[in-house]
Amino acid sequence: MTALRDAFLSAAVALGLFGPMVGLVTVSSDHGLFLRARPVAVAVIVGLVFFGRLGMLTWRGRNRAEATRANRAFAERITRAGKYVTPVLLLAALALPFSGSRYYVDLGTLVLTYIMLGWGLNIVVGLAGLLDLGYVAFYAVGAYSYALLATTYDLGFWTCLPLAGILAGCAGVTLGFPVLRLRGDYLAIVTLGFGEIIRIVLNNWVSLTNGPNGITGIPRPTLFGLRFSMDGGDGTFAGFFNLEPATIQRVIFLYYVIFGLALLTNWVSLRLRRMPLGRAWEALREDEVACRSLGINVRNTKLTAFGIGAMFGGFAGAFFATRQAFISPESFTFIESATVLAIVVLGGLGSQLGVALAAIVMVGGLEALRDFLSFLGDQMGSELFSGIASELPLYRMLIFGLALVVMMVLRPRGLVSGRTPGVSMTAPKEIDAELVAQGRS
Amino acid sequence: MAYALQQLINGITLGMIYGLIAVGYTMVYGIIGMINFAHGDVFMVGSFLSLIAILGLAALGITSVPLALVLTLLFAAAIAALYGWTVERVAYRPLRGSFRLAPLISAIGMSITLQNFVQVSQGARVKPIEAIIPGGIQLMDRGGFAVQLSWMQIAIVVITLTILAIFTWLVTKTPLGRTMRACEQDLKMASLLGIDTDLTISLTFVIGAALAAVAGFMFLLYYGVIDFYIGFIAGIKAFTAAVLGGIGSLPGAVLGGLLIGLIEVFWSAYFSVEYKDVAAFAILIVALIFLPTGILGKAEVEKV
Repeated sequence: MTALRDAFLSAAVALGLFGPMVGLVTVSSDHGLFLRARPVAVAVIVGLVFFGRLGMLTWRGRNRAEATRANRAFAERITRAGKYVTPVLLLAALALPFSGSRYYVDLGTLVLTYIMLGWGLNIVVGLAGLLDLGYVAFYAVGAYSYALLATTYDLGFWTCLPLAGILAGCAGVTLGFPVLRLRGDYLAIVTLGFGEIIRIVLNNWVSLTNGPNGITGIPRPTLFGLRFSMDGGDGTFAGFFNLEPATIQRVIFLYYVIFGLALLTNWVSLRLRRMPLGRAWEALREDEVACRSLGINVRNTKLTAFGIGAMFGGFAGAFFATRQAFISPESFTFIESATVLAIVVLGGLGSQLGVALAAIVMVGGLEALRDFLSFLGDQMGSELFSGIASELPLYRMLIFGLALVVMMVLRPRGLVSGRTPGVSMTAPKEIDAELVAQGRS
Repeated sequence: MAYALQQLINGITLGMIYGLIAVGYTMVYGIIGMINFAHGDVFMVGSFLSLIAILGLAALGITSVPLALVLTLLFAAAIAALYGWTVERVAYRPLRGSFRLAPLISAIGMSITLQNFVQVSQGARVKPIEAIIPGGIQLMDRGGFAVQLSWMQIAIVVITLTILAIFTWLVTKTPLGRTMRACEQDLKMASLLGIDTDLTISLTFVIGAALAAVAGFMFLLYYGVIDFYIGFIAGIKAFTAAVLGGIGSLPGAVLGGLLIGLIEVFWSAYFSVEYKDVAAFAILIVALIFLPTGILGKAEVEKV
């Protein structure tokens, strides 16, 4: 009975929340704005909330201990499955270009870029526990470094890649210095401000960056000096191997470049975790005051985390610039930072496999869903499915935002909790996932 | 001189809006020690609610401007308060006592959710409306530059001061204000003394959201054009105001808001309009580094 009453209350609140915002749409016309009513949409949402709440309350009624046990079993199963998932994923990633479909290779490149960004941010957020909301700034620094160096000084991609990384790393350390003393939430706001400053400067410093029009004609990378151009001459990839020149060769090459870069990021962060530096990061994440009392140099630890994380962001940015051949400040908004952060958080703050899975689900999964829906719409000639498919990109960030909230409420340590400390004195004790969730151990 | 006076008037008007938003940040920070990242978006929602109310009232045929203003204000504040309550209930309350980044990430998620919810439900295009209170008075005319004080600006300042007076009375003189201040001083002790802390925190969010909605209404009146993205920048500026005034201090928030408004307007007038947001962010960073307690704030002692 209480459940029913509660559900009614929730429905009433939902009516208040969504009634005006969804039910009355402001539409522009020649005579200014006017309102259009959408009662059906409101009714659907309120109904969903009512039954959703009712279902939730009934489901939650089951035994608490049983739920905890089920939770723990689920976490264990995922962790154990991780052993087999990694090689399978690697093989699938290696084999993807052999599918020969340009669409899948492009999608794979996009997903891998996000995986690489996620692994880079994971060093800052997941390992060192510094919440960085301006990660896109370093991505932008890397992209613009490569674009400007390549178009101004005629340098190649492989020369510029380390330079872009170094410049982004320097930007990371420069940002790191003033914010060393700041606590978690202040740090988040300041890094966010830094990201916005970089974007505004890129937008307005027209003489250097060409402002909102962006930089065009950024050169593509070469394979040991072999270009991927369509003329099929001597210095080109197709000419050297006596192949028919095709765009797909370049697409596949770019895919393997980002695959290699992502693996490099993963390898470096896995190795760093075993070094004293990586251990200091993890200690810092757990307790800053304890770190300082144990003689860890908090300043250097934080700065290296910022610098190395930013460096990988810079690599990814340089790759982004060379892949698109065009960049503008539009590509470096807060939404990008939020997307990467969402991937890291959903992946479980510190787990390498988790980040990869989250990126696949969040970037690739949504794209695949859209594809599937528009395919269904085409097949069945149904307006509904193709309508949803064309609207889906709009809902992408909405789903991201909700996923962040739901994730924090249900499993604050992420889907794949990879928080096993790098070192321990004795055999690790088993800690109840619920306790970890509440931050008690 | 006349130019500077005009900027002063504009700056104070803008500062009032920032101050109203900053109060919400500072109240929530004072009680539960977290930055309510979604507050700027509640402001944006309040602004949209005001727009809907104005259009709805016009469609119903209510043409009396004072009546329409009051009804819009009440409607926007009430629904935005509901938003504030829901945000707290859904995204923050389950995380009380969780690890330290959890509420912050949840707040960022809520901010993205609100922003995109409005984009999906109301469309991504900017929403312009005609000036509701046109006209104004000309203060002086010197060297061909006329200093204008529009009725709109007067209305904004008067409404803001009235709301702030009611709010100050609420915090200092009523039992609710007393419990709020008790929770701010020591949440655990307050709950031991029988104060319903969950309810108090909820009410804090409700009041903060209502104030943000008032600010959203002012923003709509002042600029006459809104979109789903206004909450992001305005939220950061208001947060800067709260930090500058001393986070946790209510008069400080209003003072900080005025300062930020003035700085922004004078910066745009004398340096460059393009970099006005950079100025706000730079102030935030400088304030956090050199003046972390703010102008009217208390020094915080970190206890282990």
